[in-house]
Amino acid sequence: MSSRDTDWDGVRLHVVTGKGGTGKTTVAAALALALAADGRKVLLVEVEGRQGIAQIFDLPPLPYEERRIAVAPGGGDVHALAIDPEEAMLEYLEMFYGMRRAGRALSKMGIVDFATTIAPGFRDVLVTGKTTEAVRRRGKDGKRIYDAVVLDAPPTGRVARFLNVTNEVAGLARVGPIKNHADLVNGVVSSPETAVHFVTLLEEMPVQETLDGIAELRRVGLPVGGVFINMVRGALLPQATLDAASAGRFDPADLALGLKAAGLTDGGSKATALADALAREVEEHARRTELEHQERASLDAVGRPRYELPLLADGVDLAGLYELAEAICAQGAA
Amino acid sequence: MKDVPVLDLDAIIDDPNTRIVVCCGSGGVGKTTTAAALGLRAAERGRSAVVLTVDPARRLAQSMGLTELDNTPRRVAGIGGEGTLHAMMLDMKRTFDEIIEAHADPDRARQILTNPFYQSLSSSFSGTQEYMAMEKLGQLRRSGDWDLIIVDTPPSRSALDFLDAPERLGRFLDGRFIRMLTAPAKAGGRSAFKLLNAGFGLVAGALTKLLGAQVLKDLQTFVSALDAVFGGFRVRAEQTYKLLQAPGTAFVVVAAPERDAMREASYFVERLAEERMPLAGLVINRVHLSPAAALSAARSTAAAEDLESRGEHELTAAVLRLHAGRMQLAARESRQRDHFVSAHPTVPVAQVPAMPADVHDLDGLREVGELLAAQR
Repeated sequence: MSSRDTDWDGVRLHVVTGKGGTGKTTVAAALALALAADGRKVLLVEVEGRQGIAQIFDLPPLPYEERRIAVAPGGGDVHALAIDPEEAMLEYLEMFYGMRRAGRALSKMGIVDFATTIAPGFRDVLVTGKTTEAVRRRGKDGKRIYDAVVLDAPPTGRVARFLNVTNEVAGLARVGPIKNHADLVNGVVSSPETAVHFVTLLEEMPVQETLDGIAELRRVGLPVGGVFINMVRGALLPQATLDAASAGRFDPADLALGLKAAGLTDGGSKATALADALAREVEEHARRTELEHQERASLDAVGRPRYELPLLADGVDLAGLYELAEAICAQGAA
Repeated sequence: MKDVPVLDLDAIIDDPNTRIVVCCGSGGVGKTTTAAALGLRAAERGRSAVVLTVDPARRLAQSMGLTELDNTPRRVAGIGGEGTLHAMMLDMKRTFDEIIEAHADPDRARQILTNPFYQSLSSSFSGTQEYMAMEKLGQLRRSGDWDLIIVDTPPSRSALDFLDAPERLGRFLDGRFIRMLTAPAKAGGRSAFKLLNAGFGLVAGALTKLLGAQVLKDLQTFVSALDAVFGGFRVRAEQTYKLLQAPGTAFVVVAAPERDAMREASYFVERLAEERMPLAGLVINRVHLSPAAALSAARSTAAAEDLESRGEHELTAAVLRLHAGRMQLAARESRQRDHFVSAHPTVPVAQVPAMPADVHDLDGLREVGELLAAQR
């Protein structure tokens, strides 16, 4: 295992959150691949029962079991685990209390419904507990089993509450094993071994949610990681053209000549009509680019490392994931 | 493009028999904007409408003059025409508190409201928001103050939560386990109860180990207090269901032309049919169209390459590349829509073009409303 100089050396738990539709699971998967590059071993965890990892890697639904799902660039393994709160609870009961039978009775009585519905804090502590256990787990040689764990976490609006488990269960369990368990989890997630990354698009609402989410994490004292801007479109037009188009001064006459030269029209009114239509596209593109600049500036203001991931022309597939992983490595995030 | 029945939203909001419109769909597809735009349009076409939103983006809320989360419909100023528009943001905890206060004597209400389990349940139970949205919908409907209620459903992890949550909460509070927790106090000498209690002993023992005795006691107190108040949460959930199935309700499924959102929309359409809920149609937001659609991506790319190889008209080549990208995106989106249409050929569809910026004011909402209605 070579040591690399990355922005997150020393971080073992990478929590990835983002507003719905920003590609949070995709970025988590790509980050796991990037972290596993060059012979490392990384665990990718999902917690919301959506089987998003299986879909992205084009696999059958994942069981509640750690298994290898992908090989990273330069050798290295990505393992995955879909945490099911009910299974986590039974495992927890058996591991700590040897209560296999009682556990099954609890399950049959709908007790898991109880634990996971009446107080989401309980469910969260089970899920984060399982995740942090994987972070802390050591092999016979005393070394950590995983070099890093990537958690595909709940969306931005819920992530602080999800991670701030001690606080969540405090009102319900002031003492006792759940409380101890929560304290253990808290020891990991609030330490420098953890970083909570945000995935966003250069659009107003996701950026606003990112800013709100970062503020909330800071307020509750959880470690804020980097900001991953997803689906970034490359710049096609020169800035001067964009400026002119934003100001409504884009001249389609030149465009009409170009279209004629390209043999798309024979000139005359058809060329003008097509040039006008394309000019409208240019103006729209310029307006959007300008908004993207503004959103980028708002993100800069929070002073966290920023990474940009390209929009994948063919949608997200395995090849695309590796492309994103490469971009993540190249920018020093892994 | 395939031949698709068109969703005529004006016909729906103009029909006096339409009393409830439910906008549903996965998160991040512009559901709240659609709900607000429909409400505004309905009001300006003469309805007295109220929009119930659950978690609006700040600026969208501001665009309707909503500045606080106070659980009360507020009149939106600046509406043209005879109609009126009110808007409110749901405060789920307050809605829950109000139910308790309305149904319990002051002592018992206090006992419930201060119980830690109630506080957890009312502020973060994963179905509470959905349930309270439906409860509030029922209240608004019963008040008779509005002739059209437009509801924006909560941004659930899965759109289906919205249908399941009321029942789940009802089942939970009505469930066997909860019954068991309250049973020891009532149990007589009957053998069935003994059996149940043997099971309960095991479970209670496990719970005590897991949570501590105080937690179990809090829970028991909470459950018996709540149980006495409701005497059947499920009945309420069923009433909500009936309200949604009734004629006069129209479900509008909202999606964006992306794989996940469209898949979710498909599930939702199927689910609504299973539950016999009246589906009006599908709204696809943020569709990318081109004013130069006749120029295909392939021709555009080829022409750009030609210009580039000749080193002429650099800007035209760049614009052609831009156009090709847009046409490719449009083609991808169109495939997503066609998938849906093949699976659900009878579901009416309306498409709303992507706009460069988010909606910030009533004019923006009005524009969205016009786009929603203008479906050829």
